[in-house]
Amino acid sequence: MPRSSPPIPACDGQQTLTAGAILAEAKQRETRWRPGLGAASHSEVFASGNDASGAGLALALACDGLAVEDAARRADPLADAEDHRAILWVQDAQAIRRGGRPYLHGLPKALRHRVIHVAAKTAQDALFALEEGVRCRDLAFVVGELAGNPRELDFTASRRLSLTAEKHGVPLWLVRLNAGADLSSARMRWRAQAAPSARPRWNRDAPGAPAWQAELFRARMHPPGQWILSDEKGYLRNRKPTTRSPATNHTATKPPAAPPGHGDMVRPTVGRSLAAL
Amino acid sequence: MAIWFAQLSVDRWRRSNAIKRGEGADIQPTALVTETAHGPRIHALNDAARAAGAQIGTMLADARTICPDIVAAPADHAGDLDFLEKLALWSQRWGPWSALDAPDGVLVDVTGAAHLLGGEDRLLEDVSASFAARQLITRSAIAPTAGAAWALAHFGRSKMVTDAIIAPQDDPMRHLSDLPAAALRLDENVITVLRRLGLKQMKHVYAVARGHNIDDSQRHGRERDENGRSHEKIGRDALKRRFRSKSPTANPLIRIDQLLGYVPEPMLPVIAQPMAMVQRRLMEPIRHRTLLDQVLADLADDMVRTLEGRGEGARRLELGLWRVDGEVTIRTLEMAAATRDPHHITRLFTNKLNDIDAGFGIELVRLRATWAAPLGLAQGDIEAASEQRGTSLSVCLDRLTVRLGKQAVQKPVQRASHIPERAQSWQPPLDADVPSQQLLEFHKRPLKMLDRAEEIVILDASSNGHPERFRWRGKIHEVARVEGPERIAPEWWRERSTVRLRDYYRIEDSKGSRYWIYCNGVADDGRGGAPLWYLQGLYA
Repeated sequence: MPRSSPPIPACDGQQTLTAGAILAEAKQRETRWRPGLGAASHSEVFASGNDASGAGLALALACDGLAVEDAARRADPLADAEDHRAILWVQDAQAIRRGGRPYLHGLPKALRHRVIHVAAKTAQDALFALEEGVRCRDLAFVVGELAGNPRELDFTASRRLSLTAEKHGVPLWLVRLNAGADLSSARMRWRAQAAPSARPRWNRDAPGAPAWQAELFRARMHPPGQWILSDEKGYLRNRKPTTRSPATNHTATKPPAAPPGHGDMVRPTVGRSLAAL
Repeated sequence: MAIWFAQLSVDRWRRSNAIKRGEGADIQPTALVTETAHGPRIHALNDAARAAGAQIGTMLADARTICPDIVAAPADHAGDLDFLEKLALWSQRWGPWSALDAPDGVLVDVTGAAHLLGGEDRLLEDVSASFAARQLITRSAIAPTAGAAWALAHFGRSKMVTDAIIAPQDDPMRHLSDLPAAALRLDENVITVLRRLGLKQMKHVYAVARGHNIDDSQRHGRERDENGRSHEKIGRDALKRRFRSKSPTANPLIRIDQLLGYVPEPMLPVIAQPMAMVQRRLMEPIRHRTLLDQVLADLADDMVRTLEGRGEGARRLELGLWRVDGEVTIRTLEMAAATRDPHHITRLFTNKLNDIDAGFGIELVRLRATWAAPLGLAQGDIEAASEQRGTSLSVCLDRLTVRLGKQAVQKPVQRASHIPERAQSWQPPLDADVPSQQLLEFHKRPLKMLDRAEEIVILDASSNGHPERFRWRGKIHEVARVEGPERIAPEWWRERSTVRLRDYYRIEDSKGSRYWIYCNGVADDGRGGAPLWYLQGLYA
C-alpha cells in the first residue's frame, strides 16, 4: 500500500491527526538532535578506516559540545576567558596504521596546542588510557580511535567507560574504525560517512568545508535520524534539510498495522544496545 | 631498691573490707584460700591465724584441725597482681623506673635519685611511712644489684634502716652471708637440693661458687692464695654440672653472679599507659542537641587523632557530660572491633544522646577510650580519592606513562620545516612549547597523516596532471574535486640532491572522502624514472 503522508493515511479519507498525535509529533521534533545541544558523556562514531570522516565528525561534535560549555562559562564573569584544558587522543596500533596520526597543522585551531596523543599498542592498553583520561578532571574531552571489534571492548568495558565518563563529566568520543555496531552502552551512537562537500566560493573545483553524512542510530535522549553535517569555520552546521523528514522517520519506526494505542510499545531493537531498554 | 609487701593479699583483704589491722574481723584467725583440685588451699594468713598455728600452703582442712575457728575467705590472685601493678607505678615516685617482682614485690631503680629525699636511709623511711599510711606491711632495702636488695628486703634480720642499705663500695657478702639460700630467689626444689647438699646459707653457696670459704679466708688469708684456685675450680664445676639449667631461677650460680653484679639481670619495666581522653570545656553551657552533636563530632575527631598517634583503636568509649549544676551523665559505647572512624563513633553516639537532660546546660564534655586495642595504621586509599574527585592532568599522564611507556604519550609540536611530515614533531606532553613562527594558513592541511605515505596507482590522469581515477588499498576512487598542485621542494640544506620535489593535490572523491596526495617528482627532472604517486594525508 503506497503511503503518501503518514499522519493522514490514504485508506480512510477522514482526519485522523488526533491531538495526541500532534503532541507526539511536537515532542518528537523537540527531542530531535540538532547541533548545539551539547555532548553526551559517551558517544561512539562508526566510520571507515580509509578516510578521516570518523575522527573529523567526532572532533566537530566535540567542539560543538565545548562551544555549548563555553557559552555557559562565559556567563560567569569570574571564569577563565579561554579554555586551556588538554585533549587526550588515544589510538591503538591498528588505528594508527589504517588512519594515521593526528597532524598538528590540520587540527582545528582551538585544539591545536592542546592535544596529547597516546599511541597504545593493543586495544586493552587503549581502553586503559581512555579510562584514565576520562577520569582526569583536567581534560576537555577524550577521543579514542579503535580499529575493528576488539575482544576487550565488550559491553562491560563500554559500560565502565560510560559510567566513569558520566561521573567525572569528561566526554568520551570513541571512533570505531571498520567496526560492526556491537553491544555498547554509549549514550549516542553515530555512523559517519564522508559526504561531498559544498563548493567553496572562490575555487569551485576545490574540496570545500568538510561534510559528513551522520546517522544517529541510537541515543538515549533523541530519536534516531540522519543529517548532513558540515564543519564551517569551526561551527557545526546542519547543511541542508535531512533527506528523510522527521515525520517519515517517526512513522517508519511504527508498524503500519498496529493500532494507534499500541504504536509506541513496539520499537525496533536493531542496533540498540541493551542499556537503552 | 626492693620493696616487699610481706602480706599483700591479707592487706588487700583488710582494705577491701575496711578492717583495721588487729581490729574487727581481723581478730579472728582468717585464711585466704585458693580453690585447687584437692580442695581449698591456704594462700595467705592473717596475724591471728598465724599465731594460732596455721601455715601457708597447707590445705584448709588441715589448718582447721589445728585451729578449728579459722575463717576462710577467697583469695583474689588477679586482683593482687593488678594492685601490685598499680603499686609499681606508684613507686615510680622514688625512681624513674620500676619493675614488678611478682607475686608480692616491686623493684625500683633509685640510682642517683636518693639524694632527692635526703639520702638512702631517708628514702627507706619515706617508703615505709608511705606504705604504712596505706596500711601495707612492707620491708624495703637498697643495694647495688636487684638480687642483693631483694635478699635483704625479704630475709634481712635487722630492723635497723641502715642495715637495709648496701652502699656501692660495700662488699655485699658482708651483709648477706648469713642469709638462707632461699634469699637467692630460687625455685623451691632447687632450694631443697641445695639444703640437702649442705649449702644452707648464702655464704656456703658463695664459697662453692666463688671457690673460698668466707670464714677460712678471713682466718687464713695467705693459704687461700695457694689453694684457692683449685678449690674454686672444683666447687664451681661441680655446681655447674649439678645445675645445668639456663633459667636463673633454677641455677644458683647465675643467681649468685647476678647478686654480685657479675652478670646482668634484665628486668621488664612497668610503664603507665594513660587512657586516651579528650575533652571540651565550653565557654557557654550548651542546651541544644545540634550544638552537642557538633561538640561530639569535634571530640570524635580529636579522639581519632589521639588514638592514631598511639596506634590504637577504641573498643569502648565513655562520654561524660558535666552539667552546670553538678550532675554528670555518662554514656558508654562498646564496639565489636577496634575502630578509628570518627563518623562511625559519632553515628553510634547520636542514638544514645536522645534522652540527655541538659538542665541548665552542659559545660564540659569528655570522651575517654576506656578500652583500646592495637589497630595498625592504614594507608589512605589513593585510588579512592581519584575515584571520587578525578585525577589531575599530571597524575593521569604519570599513570599512562608508567603503563604505556614514555614514547606512547606525547604531544605534537610544530617544527620549522617545509616537508609536511617533518613539520610536526613529538615531545613529552607537559614540556613547554618550543617557540616557533606562526603557521602559514595559505593551505589546508589534513587532519591526519599516515606514518608512511602509501603508494597509489593512477588509472586515469587528466590533462592538467592530476589523477582522475586512482586505486588505493584495493579500491578505486573517482576524483571529483581537486585543488593543486602545491609544490613543496625538498630541503636542499638537509637532504641529498637526489630527493625529488613533491606536487601536492587536495582531492575529494565521488563519495566525499578527502585526501592529500602527491606526485613525487616531475617527469624529466633527472632524479629518477617516472614519478610515483602517494597518498599521505586524510582530510576530515
